[in-house]
Amino acid sequence: MAQDVKVENLSVVFGKTRQRQEAIDMLDDYSPSEIRKKTGATVAVKKVSFEIEENELFVIVGLSGSGKSSFIRTLNLLNRPATGDIKIGGRSLMDMSKEELRDFRRNDVAMVFQHFGLLSHRTVMGNVEYPLEVQGVEKEERRKRSMDAIELVGLDGWENHMPNQLSGGMRQRVGLARALTNDPELLLMDEPYSALDPLIRREMQNELLKLEDTMDRTIVFITHDMNEAFRMGDRIALMKDAEIVQLGKPEEFFANPVNQYVKDFIADVDKTRILKVRNIMNKPTAVAKLGDSRQETLDKLKKKDMEFIYVVDSNRKFQGFITIEELKKSKAQTIDKLVNKDDTAIYRNDYLQDAWEKLSKATYDLPVVDGKGRLRGVLDYDVVVDALAK
Amino acid sequence: MFKLMNFIFEFPENFTFDIAGPIDSFVDWIDRTFRVILDAFVVVFTGIINAVQGFLFFVPWWVYIILLFFAAMKLYKISTAVVLSILMLLIGVFGFWDQTIFTLTIILVSVLICLVIGLPSGILMAKFRRVEMILKPILDGMQTLPSFVYLIPALMLFNTFGRVPAVFATTIYALPPLIRLTYLGITNVDEQVVEAGASFGSTPMQMLFKIELPQSLSTIAAGVNQTTMMAVAMVVIASMIGARGVGNDVLRAVQQLNVGDGFAAGFAIVFLAIILDRLLQGVATKLDMTAQEGDE
Repeated sequence: MAQDVKVENLSVVFGKTRQRQEAIDMLDDYSPSEIRKKTGATVAVKKVSFEIEENELFVIVGLSGSGKSSFIRTLNLLNRPATGDIKIGGRSLMDMSKEELRDFRRNDVAMVFQHFGLLSHRTVMGNVEYPLEVQGVEKEERRKRSMDAIELVGLDGWENHMPNQLSGGMRQRVGLARALTNDPELLLMDEPYSALDPLIRREMQNELLKLEDTMDRTIVFITHDMNEAFRMGDRIALMKDAEIVQLGKPEEFFANPVNQYVKDFIADVDKTRILKVRNIMNKPTAVAKLGDSRQETLDKLKKKDMEFIYVVDSNRKFQGFITIEELKKSKAQTIDKLVNKDDTAIYRNDYLQDAWEKLSKATYDLPVVDGKGRLRGVLDYDVVVDALAK
Repeated sequence: MFKLMNFIFEFPENFTFDIAGPIDSFVDWIDRTFRVILDAFVVVFTGIINAVQGFLFFVPWWVYIILLFFAAMKLYKISTAVVLSILMLLIGVFGFWDQTIFTLTIILVSVLICLVIGLPSGILMAKFRRVEMILKPILDGMQTLPSFVYLIPALMLFNTFGRVPAVFATTIYALPPLIRLTYLGITNVDEQVVEAGASFGSTPMQMLFKIELPQSLSTIAAGVNQTTMMAVAMVVIASMIGARGVGNDVLRAVQQLNVGDGFAAGFAIVFLAIILDRLLQGVATKLDMTAQEGDE
């Protein structure tokens, strides 16, 4: 199970003990730059509150010095918050003892670093198995699980090389594999692709999206690149001067930028290449499952005033649709035999550009599926036009 | 008026304080109070030194040259290996083989003691600010105090001439760079690597042994190199308190104004220093994993 993250009133302050205390007392009344002038302490994050949902790919974007890296480091307590609380999967990080924190870091959270943070004295395998090694996992099991992670990021055959023999992109793959070996529910990525050149960066972004699609994992992703933020994020938080300026889905930034700063920030972003199906899809109003009774399904449709309903199996895998007429006509007990096959399903990580052809032919909401074929939402033609028009 | 002039231009006579006296009585006090322990020390260290010396003499001269050749081949290229082997051979040719082995014994034992004391000290210094604050000025003092000063208390404390006080004086003189570079190596480990270690839930011990020490190995090796070089330098001076070795020959040559003998013995020390330096530097370079191999 992936976990949700709840951040309440969170601040991060750097400085000597006395300066810090002074700065914390001033947080409510002064801006970070004023506090810095008066006390000498740096306020990196100032009284921030928000929630990250389960399975979400949550992006925090901002220029350097905006506090985004300081923030992400509080999620595994590499930085101790000066005020506020963090709850991950309902558990408060601040209440954890040393041992609990260690267990939490070993089992539930992993981090990928901008400059990779690889152990240069160990091979690729030695790096990837490190998280399991500190937990005391047996060597054989360790090797097996590490090899799986290495294959997942496409580095098989390189496991016995040293990090300094690899290119930047490959090093970051090692970083990602290492973060995946302990199967964390929360994955923290601190500007993971900022040190890579643009072509490799694009490739790595696509790979991560593909990976993310097949895993149940909450990902917090930091970047300073607006295009990257919009390509990757389910939701985005834009940070400036230790505070969040705007938080929402990518299309909301285009629809209602809260101020001039946001407008300027997104000015260069190309919407059709950035907006993905998943960004503007809606949750299906109702879904029927194989094995559901015909009468109940019919009632459901009537109640919600729908003309047809999408059908999934017990794993939420998309099966097809049934119209209300078919339900009325039939006398079957369950709906299983009535399902019409449907090949209009679109992949949720497709950009609007790619989905355009199917979209233009459709006369009804298109089903949206993930990498495993599970129904994740529906896409309405009007919503698309709306999003692009803004 | 005249008195005042005197006061301005010369340091006032009755303003001095005798610091030599208290130090003398302090050393005396240690001498009396810890006599038994110090005597035991002498016995133990004589034993250790004898063992090392016995082993070094047991190995035939040509084995040294062959081992040196292959080690240098592995670390550098064949030309370096040839040069170093010839230098080693020359030590024997000049007639200083046995003396050099005596010298090498003291260097080796001193460096070993330095490792035993220096590594933990450096680690503690990197981990605890208080240890750092206390050790730093002491290290500065140890390095700037004239090396001869160590000889006298070494003699008195151990109540004997020869190798034990020589090892003691050499160890104290050679220790600082190892502590310093161990400290430096650990504090300079890439911050993100340390963060990575912490983020996966390493215990402090796992952090130290699996990340910090391996990452700073090349810096620590450089420290071992410097410590060894300082031990080589001190060993000549230590011969003044009766330790056998090449230093003795230098000392005798100086006392008898024997220019030729002096230089011959001096060369033997220089050759020994070059050989040790190259070997240890080669190891340090080999351990430096952060260096790029080829292009990306």
